[in-house]
Amino acid sequence: MGLKDKLHKLKLKYKGKKMAPAFNAIHTFLYLPNETTHSGSHVRAADDLKRTMNTVIMSLLPCLIFGMFNAGYQHHLALGEIQAVSGGFLSAEFWTLDNLIVGLWEVLPLVVVSYGVGLAVEFVFAVIKGHEVEEGYLVTGMLVPLIVPVDTPLWMLAVAVVFGVVIGKEVFGGTGMNILNPALTIRAFLFFAYPTWMSGDKVWVHGAVERANEIAGGAQLDAISGETILGGLAQGKEILAQTASHGKEVTYSIADAFYGFIPGSVGETSAILILLGGLFLIFTKIGSWRIMVSAVLGALIMGLIFNGITNAGWIAESSKFYALMDLEFWKHLIVGGIAFGIVFMATDPVTASQTNKGKWIYGFLIGFISILIRVFNPAYPEGVFLAILLMNVFAPTIDHYVVQGNVKKRMKRLKLKTA
Amino acid sequence: MSKDIRIRKGLDIKLVGEAEKKTVNAIRSNVYAIKPDDFHGIVPKVIAKQGTEVKAGEPLFHSKSNENILFPSPVSGEIVEIVRGAKRKILAFKILGDKEQKFADFGTKDVNAMSGEEVKSHLLSSGCWPFIKQRPYDVIANPDVAPKAIFVSGYATAPLAADLDYVLEGKENELQVALTALSKLTEGQVHVSVGKQSNSPLSNLNNVTLHKVSGPHPAGNVSVQIAKIDPINKGEVVWVVNPQDLVIIGELLLTGKFNAERTIALVGSSVKKPQYYKTVIGTEVSTMVYDSGVHDESNIRVISGDVLTGENVKPDGYLGYYHNTISIIPEGDDYEFFGWNKPIFNKISPSRALTFSWLFPNKKYSLNTNTNGEHRAFVVTGSYENVFPLDIYPLQLLKACMVNDLDAMEQLGMYEVAPEDFALTEFVCVSKQPHQQIIREGLDLMLKEIG
Repeated sequence: MGLKDKLHKLKLKYKGKKMAPAFNAIHTFLYLPNETTHSGSHVRAADDLKRTMNTVIMSLLPCLIFGMFNAGYQHHLALGEIQAVSGGFLSAEFWTLDNLIVGLWEVLPLVVVSYGVGLAVEFVFAVIKGHEVEEGYLVTGMLVPLIVPVDTPLWMLAVAVVFGVVIGKEVFGGTGMNILNPALTIRAFLFFAYPTWMSGDKVWVHGAVERANEIAGGAQLDAISGETILGGLAQGKEILAQTASHGKEVTYSIADAFYGFIPGSVGETSAILILLGGLFLIFTKIGSWRIMVSAVLGALIMGLIFNGITNAGWIAESSKFYALMDLEFWKHLIVGGIAFGIVFMATDPVTASQTNKGKWIYGFLIGFISILIRVFNPAYPEGVFLAILLMNVFAPTIDHYVVQGNVKKRMKRLKLKTA
Repeated sequence: MSKDIRIRKGLDIKLVGEAEKKTVNAIRSNVYAIKPDDFHGIVPKVIAKQGTEVKAGEPLFHSKSNENILFPSPVSGEIVEIVRGAKRKILAFKILGDKEQKFADFGTKDVNAMSGEEVKSHLLSSGCWPFIKQRPYDVIANPDVAPKAIFVSGYATAPLAADLDYVLEGKENELQVALTALSKLTEGQVHVSVGKQSNSPLSNLNNVTLHKVSGPHPAGNVSVQIAKIDPINKGEVVWVVNPQDLVIIGELLLTGKFNAERTIALVGSSVKKPQYYKTVIGTEVSTMVYDSGVHDESNIRVISGDVLTGENVKPDGYLGYYHNTISIIPEGDDYEFFGWNKPIFNKISPSRALTFSWLFPNKKYSLNTNTNGEHRAFVVTGSYENVFPLDIYPLQLLKACMVNDLDAMEQLGMYEVAPEDFALTEFVCVSKQPHQQIIREGLDLMLKEIG
């Protein structure tokens, strides 16, 4: 008797019992179920929710792997143990075993905690409420470790995940019913509950917090500065320069930012891999190209507006907003988390607009507002997660007006007839 | 005023087992069954009790809500059984067919000389009325409300559907007579649509407005054509007749006989010899299924109708009243190891998520009845719109139906749809929601509450 038959017998045994959803979740992970059509169309297309979610995970994997190498690279670089990359994306200094080991050691626990805690909550709710374990968390669980600083304490992450899954999703009825993106709810919870761990110049490089504590304890050591590009710009530093330098004043080149050799949340730094992931999502028709394209347009247009303001001289160079406003508009896309947010977070179909027209408006406003918040929030110069959460709230309203357009057209036709 | 209709959104599901263009006479069925469930929303009142002898065309029952709507026996013979289910609901009238068929005589008519009222009462008394369905609600037409137009779709785009050009061949006379009769029932026009490339017997008829349709499925669905030609507004009614039923109406007017003969296609990947059969409404499907033979007899699903909208009738079932296709496909009652993440080459998929049907647009597939996943809440958006050509928001309409929001259903265009229009959205649905059932229940609720 093969595994298939054994599992089938177990499934029949568990049928109707409390634990059935938990067993089915594992069973359907191994085997596509033997369910056949009962009403309506007798044949169905090959795609199901698991396949859809799996595709998103595949598009995220390069970012995760890069994030592990980058965690090690930033750590060793800040300690002065290695040289900065000199070549292109495939530079030998970056893709080393040393870097990977640090990354594995620091990032894998985040992934494990995110999935372990999140899926546990999902299973508990499925068993209590007697519905199947839905696949939404497969993507959320992968997104969460990619959008937090590398040194985030694991207990903090666990608390945030519980909060995000319960309050962000389950109280609304589970996958498909939530209003806010669960991964961003988790990120927002971390940001507002533990702000010192989520911003500043000490959290983005592994070891920086530890070193700062040692210095405070009287140790004679150099502080590790792990400032993000946005953080630097918000303080008016010329951090994004023609050439990279890692002397007294740290600067990064455009290529560094594009390839992702910069400090930041674990998986958000590499614009090129995010771009590839986005293209993959568009090619597989899983991600909405409408949202991605319109969000990029929105960000570029807001950037252009700010560039116009600085060019016209309406704002003094001494202003604390000047450096970010003066950043050339297209550079906004390769620094900070905006690219990651646009490609992987804004496109969450449940919390985005659901109509095609609505997606254009929704995406555009996300890009637009992200840059707006980025420039005007010096305390935490990244706006994309707040912009997406804000637009999550407004997405149903956008849809309402789009659908009303269709309703009005129908009413007009009726009036023409009866007139 | 002919108008070309071209549809871009949609999906042609190409399946193995298309019927060869060859018609054979099906073996005569012993027992014929008429199932009241084929007539959605009709509560039957028995006229012909068990044990009585009926001729072909004599009524078996009438509608509880309108006793003028008669439902005839397709053959002559003895009513051997009235099958009842829970709460004594009538499931089927079973008629043991005579060897020599006797037809009730309704008298030959000269259609051109008939008035609209005469046509109507003749169709009602001869049992041909149930062939006329109405929109909104996709139910049998109410004879007391005149339609603003009548629509006939002579273009079948559903997967493996019987080729109407072929099955209607040589029936021009009957079609013409029936359409002339129908044209007297409406002040508007009778719209007939045919495939753009086709050479349909419907193309050269009088008293109709001809439209040429092209594009992928659901271009042949009559709702799509109505929306393009003369959309239904609130309070309006249109009637819809299947072309093969026009032949029966035409023959009735020409000869006075209700002849329920019909050429049907036996199709599907489980059929050994897919071809056309000449048979009668209500026949046992086994008369054809075992004549042509099937692969893996223990593992088949027999569908009266096409694979998207038909009814699961089982191998011992009967041909449905409105169907002209019998599809037989393998059941998918099996597990597939890592079926949710491995690359898929042998199934159709609208996406490219490690599914490769986009590489082979002309390949014919042998799909089984597996749902390829479990029922979930609606998650993915935007996929339905790609296969849904009506100017309606399908997801929003489905959700309105699920929460019984009558106002929203009305505003979002519920009057313009039938369950079959949601067959493709159901096919591509990642969450495996029962779209057609949701729409059917929504329409029933509206019919009950608004009427």
